[in-house]
Amino acid sequence: MSRLRLLAGPDLGSGPEGFADHTRRLGAPAVSGRALIESLVRSGLTGRGGASFPVGQKWRAVAASKGSRVVVANGAEGEPQSHKDRLLMATRPHLVLDGAFAAARTLRASQVVVYVGEEHGTAWNAMAQALAERPEAERRIGRMTGAPHRYVAGESSAAVHLIDAGVATPTTTPPHPRERGIAGAPTLVQNVETLANIALIARYGDEWFRSAGRRGGVGTVLITLAGAVKHPGVLEVEAGTTIEEVVTIAGGISEAASAVLLGGYFGSWVPAAQAWELPLDGPTLRSNGLNLGCGVIGVLPASRCGVCDTSRIMRYLAEESSAQCGPCFFGLRALSDACSRIAERGTNRDDIARLKKWSVEVPGRGACKHPDGAVMFLRSALSTFADQFASHPAHWRQQPA
Amino acid sequence: MKTELHMTIDRIKCDGHGLCAELLPEMIRLDDWGYPIIAPGPVPGRLASHAQRAVAACPTLALALRRTAPSK
Repeated sequence: MSRLRLLAGPDLGSGPEGFADHTRRLGAPAVSGRALIESLVRSGLTGRGGASFPVGQKWRAVAASKGSRVVVANGAEGEPQSHKDRLLMATRPHLVLDGAFAAARTLRASQVVVYVGEEHGTAWNAMAQALAERPEAERRIGRMTGAPHRYVAGESSAAVHLIDAGVATPTTTPPHPRERGIAGAPTLVQNVETLANIALIARYGDEWFRSAGRRGGVGTVLITLAGAVKHPGVLEVEAGTTIEEVVTIAGGISEAASAVLLGGYFGSWVPAAQAWELPLDGPTLRSNGLNLGCGVIGVLPASRCGVCDTSRIMRYLAEESSAQCGPCFFGLRALSDACSRIAERGTNRDDIARLKKWSVEVPGRGACKHPDGAVMFLRSALSTFADQFASHPAHWRQQPA
Repeated sequence: MKTELHMTIDRIKCDGHGLCAELLPEMIRLDDWGYPIIAPGPVPGRLASHAQRAVAACPTLALALRRTAPSK
């Protein structure tokens, strides 16, 4: 259920917590180095940026590499409906920086890059101000870099590419940034919510971290609730809390729901009846073929058409292809066009057949996971809205001008 | 130890010229936009020389062959 750890402390409406208040409230992180890495491994903390990758494992990989290292605090938050990273940065910037500098001390990094979405003005200002308040030894290695307002800008190789060369497009992996990132140095790219959790584990330990969580989940997660709920916004809940419980905390649904989009645009549509019981925990959802992503939950009201919403989101994802790999650029565009034709002109057998064929052929054929995420989203729509896709009327006259 | 030959492709380099599918149709076909779809699994020994020819013909050097330990 609701449990405040990252968002505990002064009222969120009062803006960023300053360094003095932050240090008075929480003290300094106690643990770093090898002990912190082992504590992170035991904690079971997974990345909060979308991939739910085990954090301890990532740190071990960077620690095992040679040469100078770089830490990137990833606050790009390109997911259109997600607000949790910018809320965290705008209110608890020092928790994020504690995590980033604990990583720098542990991994002996020569640089800490705070990578914040250019459109997130409040969060940017809070992070820049917080960085200026840090001790001199930290300020010397820390700097701010803006993430362009693109969906792929937060992908870790795209973040490294931008910081290195000013181009926020993904690069071919391997090598992964943790092997060879900024200026060729092994680079730890970690989401800001993940770093804030690390800041607390460095103070209170892994057992404390695991003391929150339900149904097998550990710790807390930040969730952005959107759509047909009474009080949309960001919530912090124990990992493993169900969607129904989170919606209840947000005042319940505002009208009857037909489906839930779990995990944002790289996530999956789930029929409402099956969605309520799902536990919000990255590893648990993953074992069910679902994805917590960056923690966005969109509740689709029964009055909205799932086919039309899917078509709109597919158009967005097609336009957000970074136009580097043919199967992604042309494939997503073709899939989006087929969806639009079904939405606007009505169901036709040819387009249904094309969607089925291309959604098998396109995934796995890009340098990054953009085509895979978009197609996973589309396939969930084809199964959740199977009846609507099979008999969709022409909706073109109902499109907003 | 016996090793396996795998085809890999750099998707950013690939421009969809399609020569690979001409030279190695047993393993490579083109999608509706002219980009290669490579059959999963290792390159069979009898196709190794054809695969090498396809790699050599790739105008953007996107196609490569990698020798690895067999996957279980």
